[in-house]
Amino acid sequence: MVNNENSKGLCLAALTTLYLGPIDWQINCGECVSLAGASGSGKSLLLRAIADLDPHEGEVLLNGRSAMSMAGHLWRRRVGLLPAEPFWWSERVGDHFSGDELQYLESLGLTEEAMEWEVSRCSTGERQRLALLRLLQNRPEVLLLDEPTAALDPQSVEAVEALIANYRRQQQAVVIWVSHDPQQRQRVAQHHFCIEGRGIKEVEL
Amino acid sequence: MNFISLSPLDLGIASLLVVVLALLSFRLALGISRKLLFAALRTTVQLLLIGLVLKLLFANVHLGWVALMSAVMLLAAGRIVMERQERRFVGWWGYGVGTLSMFLSSFTVTLITLLIIISPDPWYQPQYAIPLLGMMLGNTMNGVALGLERLTSSVYQQRRVIEARLLQGQTWCEAIAQIRRDSMRVGMLPMLNAMAAAGLVSLPGMMTGQILAGAEPMEAVKYQILIMFLIASGTGFGTMGAVHFGARRLFDERERLRLDRIG
Repeated sequence: MVNNENSKGLCLAALTTLYLGPIDWQINCGECVSLAGASGSGKSLLLRAIADLDPHEGEVLLNGRSAMSMAGHLWRRRVGLLPAEPFWWSERVGDHFSGDELQYLESLGLTEEAMEWEVSRCSTGERQRLALLRLLQNRPEVLLLDEPTAALDPQSVEAVEALIANYRRQQQAVVIWVSHDPQQRQRVAQHHFCIEGRGIKEVEL
Repeated sequence: MNFISLSPLDLGIASLLVVVLALLSFRLALGISRKLLFAALRTTVQLLLIGLVLKLLFANVHLGWVALMSAVMLLAAGRIVMERQERRFVGWWGYGVGTLSMFLSSFTVTLITLLIIISPDPWYQPQYAIPLLGMMLGNTMNGVALGLERLTSSVYQQRRVIEARLLQGQTWCEAIAQIRRDSMRVGMLPMLNAMAAAGLVSLPGMMTGQILAGAEPMEAVKYQILIMFLIASGTGFGTMGAVHFGARRLFDERERLRLDRIG
């Protein structure tokens, strides 16, 4: 087990999934990296492996602590994955929220009324924004975002980008942002990566 | 006991009814005449065989034989439970989950009954032990099969929702809680219905058999009440156990949902 208390941020050590790896990757606290790659290249599976939702080989460390050193659910509270298509376990939106974490609602153009909505009657864009808020409740130290603005209008895209940038700075969070839009990648991330073969490569946009 | 012994001719006349039914099914092109005749034949052979086995067992009262017979019954029940699953657990678990739960519940309840409630001498007297265990297994089997089937099919259908819960940082227990409760309930419902209908709608088979065989009705009723309680608890514990073990098996040590463990 690799363990280095001094290393800050997210570290992948020879992480291997079905399609990718072994991948070594170090992302510092407060840093956002963008990740692109053809559909089916294994981006989503890579994010799932980092959140420890799929069996994988190799290790993931956060601030020097291996995922294996804590229970799966505790790891996933710290390493939050926002899937491209979020699912809901209750009919009422508010059932997915604890109630005291509504401060971000307005910044995304939503009001507290949204808590009374039925999930099935929300638009795809509303659901995507609500899912982001749902995830932020845990105050994750790592955000794995799988095309988080795919279903949003330009105004909401801007709001989501601003919210995540704020959160990242305040919490010194690590963000991996999967996006196909070069302009968005330029806006949100400091470093840019592409999937190439079974590995990832840093690229200039 | 005074009862009228049945002759082979009596059974032959009854079998004619089944033959007539098969002919009618054939005329109506239901496509089950052959199956019907085969099933009737199968039940005859199986029951005659078990009659011979029981006769032998009653003549040679020995714990070893009773244990062997019980093991065969348990393994057969385990197989039936497995065959009734559309999505069964991969590997030994497919057979093991149901069989282990039935073993734990049916055998425990039967042992308690034999040792404390009926207490025949010796306690493993096959005349009591085998029919009791048979009733327990037969009913527990239904509950376990229903519960497991509900568990695996719900988890398969709701896999994305379960994963959403896991991604939110819920424990595997929280993520499966609702489905686990539903599955246990589904497994136990038929037994609840049977208790509600007993005597009003249906005269339970065991009681009917005893009365036909000449037993005093109140004696038969007392036995039937005992059996109902035993079946209820045996089915309930067995279903809870199977759903519990099954739900645990669906997640690994990292609390990941492992659908690759069901086929």
